[in-house]
Amino acid sequence: MAHFRVEKLVKKFGGLTAVNDVTFDVEKGEIFGLIGPNGSGKTTTFNMISGVYPPTSGKVIYRDREIQGMKSHRICHLGVGRTFQVVKPLGRMTVLDNVIAAAFSRVNTMTEARGAALRTLEFCGLSPVREVLAKSLPIAGRKRLEIARAMATRPELLLLDETAAGLNPTELVEAIELIRKIRENGTTIIIIEHIMHVIMTISDRIHAINFGQTIAEGTPMEVAANQAVIEAYLGTDYA
Amino acid sequence: MKKYLYPLILLAFLALLPLVVESNYFLHLMILFLLWVVIGSSWNILAGYTGQVSFGHAAFFGVGAYTAGLLFQHLQISPWWGMALGGVVAFLIGLPFGAICFPLRGAYFALASLALGEGIRHITTIAEGFTGGMMGIMIMPTFTSKVPYYYIALGLAIFSVASIQAIINSKPGYYFVSIREDQDAAASLGINTTLYKNVSLAISAFWTGMAGALYMNYMGFIDPHVVFSLHDYSVMAILVAIVGGVGTIYGPTVGAFIMVAFQEIFRTGFFGLFEYLGKATGSSIFTTLSGAIHQAHVLGFGILVIVVILYLPNGVVGDWEKIKRNVFRINPAG
Repeated sequence: MAHFRVEKLVKKFGGLTAVNDVTFDVEKGEIFGLIGPNGSGKTTTFNMISGVYPPTSGKVIYRDREIQGMKSHRICHLGVGRTFQVVKPLGRMTVLDNVIAAAFSRVNTMTEARGAALRTLEFCGLSPVREVLAKSLPIAGRKRLEIARAMATRPELLLLDETAAGLNPTELVEAIELIRKIRENGTTIIIIEHIMHVIMTISDRIHAINFGQTIAEGTPMEVAANQAVIEAYLGTDYA
Repeated sequence: MKKYLYPLILLAFLALLPLVVESNYFLHLMILFLLWVVIGSSWNILAGYTGQVSFGHAAFFGVGAYTAGLLFQHLQISPWWGMALGGVVAFLIGLPFGAICFPLRGAYFALASLALGEGIRHITTIAEGFTGGMMGIMIMPTFTSKVPYYYIALGLAIFSVASIQAIINSKPGYYFVSIREDQDAAASLGINTTLYKNVSLAISAFWTGMAGALYMNYMGFIDPHVVFSLHDYSVMAILVAIVGGVGTIYGPTVGAFIMVAFQEIFRTGFFGLFEYLGKATGSSIFTTLSGAIHQAHVLGFGILVIVVILYLPNGVVGDWEKIKRNVFRINPAG
């Protein structure tokens, strides 16, 4: 049995089918890429996995347990962390307090939470800005804070939703480094990314969807050469 | 240590005050001030820290007061026992209310809280057999002197503010503020947002109920229009917190002082200044003005709130640095 599996996942918003019959497995320790053009249903899939809303039908299986339809906070406690594509910093709290709030998901005392948060900030390279209010961070910092906060909940499976979007080339290199470091720590990662350079370099396997449906799955090389993927991204003229 | 310096000086001052001041009038104002510290701080933990604005705190205040009053009237239980229970009953009223409203987001809780306050006021008015309706409840005060009440109110204020401070600096406090800042992010960090909103409401309702029960003991008379009053309690609680500083520990304390003083200044026509001027000069203008000022205290509140929102959006405590810089010309940078 796979570490994590979504099975025949469907999400309908009224008449619109955002995700239609998507199935994939993720092995422990893997970096699994999820790609597709805008509006293809990637974030919707993440939202169903992390409990923002339940799927219309289908299953989400994590460590042999069906977690579809559970509340977000329970899924977090089971060990599934996530970041948001549209970053959600806790604005009027400092960077440190943001991460302390997350660390409280595993410990109860202030001393433990603070210690854990400081270690996470160090790990994510945010220590220099820890006393800064989250709302005054630039975009690269906010994306990094999303990751730090998710890491402070000690996830075994981390969902990264476009954490590289909007970063400059230097920041991109740093972001890739951080994601690799997280994996070396033993965390399984599912990553949504539009920047092909990022997703192709770090993913072990990639799952491509378009209009909510699976169009390809395989290694980065296989997916990049796939006819349906090229069509989805460039249109039939270039395929 | 420096962090606790000002609160400790304030505490010492408040503890010694009755030894120096013998004026009953002044002690009465101080008791009102201390009650408002409790109510304002309670409102603040729910609205200021957790982001769930309540327009109905009179409900918890009134329920606390009626608990003490009714226990005495029907069962002859000392209203001091009622005081202990007042908070508990307010807490119990809060539970189902929160359970219904908090799974929803946005303005629903604020609107429902308004309905709760007004609803309970009507119920107490109509249920004459049980509550005495508009006749209200009268009990004999235990003490003739105001000093014991002053110390009880002081104790209540200290306990409530200290407990709220302790909560804010621990796990629930971090969870409250996270919920205020972003509910989706909070949920993704493992925070049961519905549960913690209820916890915040429970703490808030409990202390407000205690304040209500003390009010019953102290004033000796309540009726539905007094203790469930929308503008005298629900709205005043909001003003106390806004003027002092929403989402700060000592904001409501400062706000309570300002609001009680402000109300009294208007009620007495600047402590009788205009009346005195009218008599001294024999001019009817001052006498008329004195009467007008009595009527104008709501207008005065309105203007005060507008000024605070325009110039001190974070309240006196929240914008203290700004006040130091601009009013006292203290510039830390030199």
